[in-house]
Amino acid sequence: MHLMEYKYKDMIHRCFRCGYCKFPTDWSDVTNCPPYARFRLESYSAGGRLWLIRAWLNGEIEWSGHLAEIVYSCVSCKNCVEKCPHSFADDVVNMIIAAKTAMVNQGLLPKSVTEFLTNVQLHGNPYGISAKKRGDWMEGLDLEPYQGQDYLFYVGCEGSFDSRAQSAARATARLLQQAGISFGVLGDKEISDGNEVEMMGEDALLEDLAQRNIQMFFDLGVQNIITLSPHSYNVFKNRYPDFGGHFKVFHHSQILADLVKQGKLTIPETPDTRITFHDPCFLGRWNQEYNAPRKVLKAVPGATLVEMERNKKGALCCGGGSGNFYTDFLGGSEDSPARIRAREADAAKATILAVACPNCLTMLEDAVKVEGLEEKIKVRDISEILCG
Amino acid sequence: MSSIYQALVKIVGADYASDRKEELFTYSKDLGTSEPLWPEYVVAPKTTEELQEIVRLANEKKVAIVPLGGGMTLAGLALPQQGGITIDLKRMDRIIEVNEQSRYMVVEAGISHGKITSYLHKHHPNLMHSEPGAPPAATVGGNLAIHGQGDLAHPYGFNSDMVNGLEVVLPTGEIARFGSCAVGSGWFTMHPLPDIGLFLGWNGTTGIITKVSMKLYPNKKIRENNLFVVEKEEFVPDVLFEISHLGMAEDLIATSSEIPPMMNRLHYVSIMISGDSEEEMEFKRHLTFDVQLSKYIRSGVGGIASVSQERSRPQVSKSSDWKKGGGFEYVGAIVPVTSYPECYRRGAEISGRHDIPYTVLGRVIGSCHSMMFSWSYAFNRADDLTVKHARDALHETDELVMEINGTIWKPAIFGQKLMMDRMDPGALRLMKEVKKLLDPNGIMNPGNWEVI
Repeated sequence: MHLMEYKYKDMIHRCFRCGYCKFPTDWSDVTNCPPYARFRLESYSAGGRLWLIRAWLNGEIEWSGHLAEIVYSCVSCKNCVEKCPHSFADDVVNMIIAAKTAMVNQGLLPKSVTEFLTNVQLHGNPYGISAKKRGDWMEGLDLEPYQGQDYLFYVGCEGSFDSRAQSAARATARLLQQAGISFGVLGDKEISDGNEVEMMGEDALLEDLAQRNIQMFFDLGVQNIITLSPHSYNVFKNRYPDFGGHFKVFHHSQILADLVKQGKLTIPETPDTRITFHDPCFLGRWNQEYNAPRKVLKAVPGATLVEMERNKKGALCCGGGSGNFYTDFLGGSEDSPARIRAREADAAKATILAVACPNCLTMLEDAVKVEGLEEKIKVRDISEILCG
Repeated sequence: MSSIYQALVKIVGADYASDRKEELFTYSKDLGTSEPLWPEYVVAPKTTEELQEIVRLANEKKVAIVPLGGGMTLAGLALPQQGGITIDLKRMDRIIEVNEQSRYMVVEAGISHGKITSYLHKHHPNLMHSEPGAPPAATVGGNLAIHGQGDLAHPYGFNSDMVNGLEVVLPTGEIARFGSCAVGSGWFTMHPLPDIGLFLGWNGTTGIITKVSMKLYPNKKIRENNLFVVEKEEFVPDVLFEISHLGMAEDLIATSSEIPPMMNRLHYVSIMISGDSEEEMEFKRHLTFDVQLSKYIRSGVGGIASVSQERSRPQVSKSSDWKKGGGFEYVGAIVPVTSYPECYRRGAEISGRHDIPYTVLGRVIGSCHSMMFSWSYAFNRADDLTVKHARDALHETDELVMEINGTIWKPAIFGQKLMMDRMDPGALRLMKEVKKLLDPNGIMNPGNWEVI
């Protein structure tokens, strides 16, 4: 019996499909659920998805590739959790993840999801790139392997392999070096953190990755972890304790905010820039950290921090969560969430769209290009902004 | 792949047309007790031109079309009684114009009420519109198609009384505009042109509303909800009459419900007042409680339950979870305010018979000219017996409304038949002729307001 059967069977029918889950905190539009924003059919709303999942479990409809795409288009951004007025709100995303688990258990998956999970299982990363190349990002940085320093800097799959996210990983490492932080990295020993595979319903693979990571961290004596990605931050902080891994976990924005406060960073002046910050879901709605990145950005000399209309708890997701940065179920349209977000940054007259997540970085940079806004708006991780 | 599906894809693009069972299933379901009815296609146009093409296609193929807004009627009014194409209008959601000085705004009809409220709050904080008690995803067009009311019903009436202009795609695909916009004079009034009240309250059977000019009203800086409680239902009509005499309340609602216990068998009158200064608020509180309602307080049969409370956005959907089951449906009726006591008593009896905690509510429309009275019945979507009880209770309530000479608001098909059975033959004949004239192929939301 899978999770959906024993835990959520008596809950899933309680969704009324009232549509609160489509709105941001300021009620400004029905488009704050990324898949609904993209497709605008009720089947893609959180409520529509729950009704479809229930129908599948009840045998009212059969599994299909389209059903799986609808379920897997959920990016786990938790906007629905934020807005659902019901007492079971906290479990809305959990029910969708449990449905994905049911599909995993039955081997009923879209091809791109299978690829993602297989790559993580075989190579420790979703891109299917050899694990030996995992340390390439730090070439020339003179970084030490982790061997008992104060912090482990865990870079994650995107920061290790995606060329754009590698830049953010390098910038963060440079800032830590500049501030004299004692830290080391895992290099090619690093493997996936497991956050995305859990969001995609592969809970067995999460358990395997968590146990392997925890054992490695124990063996190395890791106590404090700095993550580049909010996704890694989330799973290390909230899920690894379930597998016996208790570490002090920091997102790089939190460390950078502290270093800025202590005056340990020399921040270059960026005159006449307007910076807007895009809240990553796994830092914001999943972990309620809205201030640290903003503290960092407020410290940038010459820059003005402006907010997009949808921000903090009400921010629109970039559309890359739950593996969608790879599976891309929400791409290919002017209504793709990342493109909507790029236009919102433009509406805020921002010259820099700041992010604190490697997924958001790649999603939004691509979107800015497709929207033809790259001459007006630069997409930068907060670490890159501090590096100048 | 059918030619209709291919034609729909050509009109709106592949992302916004579907004949797949996942979408058909989703649009076959209503939030209330209605049995599922499956469309054959679902389509979501972005523009009026796309909508026109869809309507022309439906005429050519003689296939039914069902316009859908937020899907919040709970009465199955946007379920396809005869299959065909369900047209989800929510992509048509632009704000076209706000005329602050003339207090109106022009919007596409698929816009949600939540979006309008948010937009006005940000950009025109001194203006407001009448937001229905429905979830914020309810659309302007859908609300007008059922003669909805909102939180300004007491001072200004039905939302369909607040229309300054309409654009409609007719059942044959042509566009028609009504009001001053029809003569190129802007969207500021429906008058004094000849009355063509053919689209409001017709459930989309005579045309699809695409643009609306809505009246806006002063939005005061301070707003608070005050609750007055009486122990007997007989007092409620007079309490409402006394308060409405002042003409100061923004919204006036009487309610009683079995859950929570503090509401059980008592009658709470919610009096929303607003003002631009504390002085104005205190003046209104004083006149409301110390003058108009003082007789109830002095005689000990009524009292102030709370003052100066915020009323958060209505979360009526919470009613759906009273049986931990994700469902409720209500009968709304337009009745005289004096009917409150009987409506309450008879409604509580019906609820009791069906093992459903009673919930009744009456919103004053105009200066006590009428009241929208609702009887809500919660059910557990996963328990067929509770669904049946709720459905039976709804039918009994529809019959009750007829018995007490009320009119059913947004009646389901069952209620529509009850209403038409007793309707003036002349009116009925005219409805039939109008429908035939406008919709010669009978494609518009067939089964609704269908005169046999």
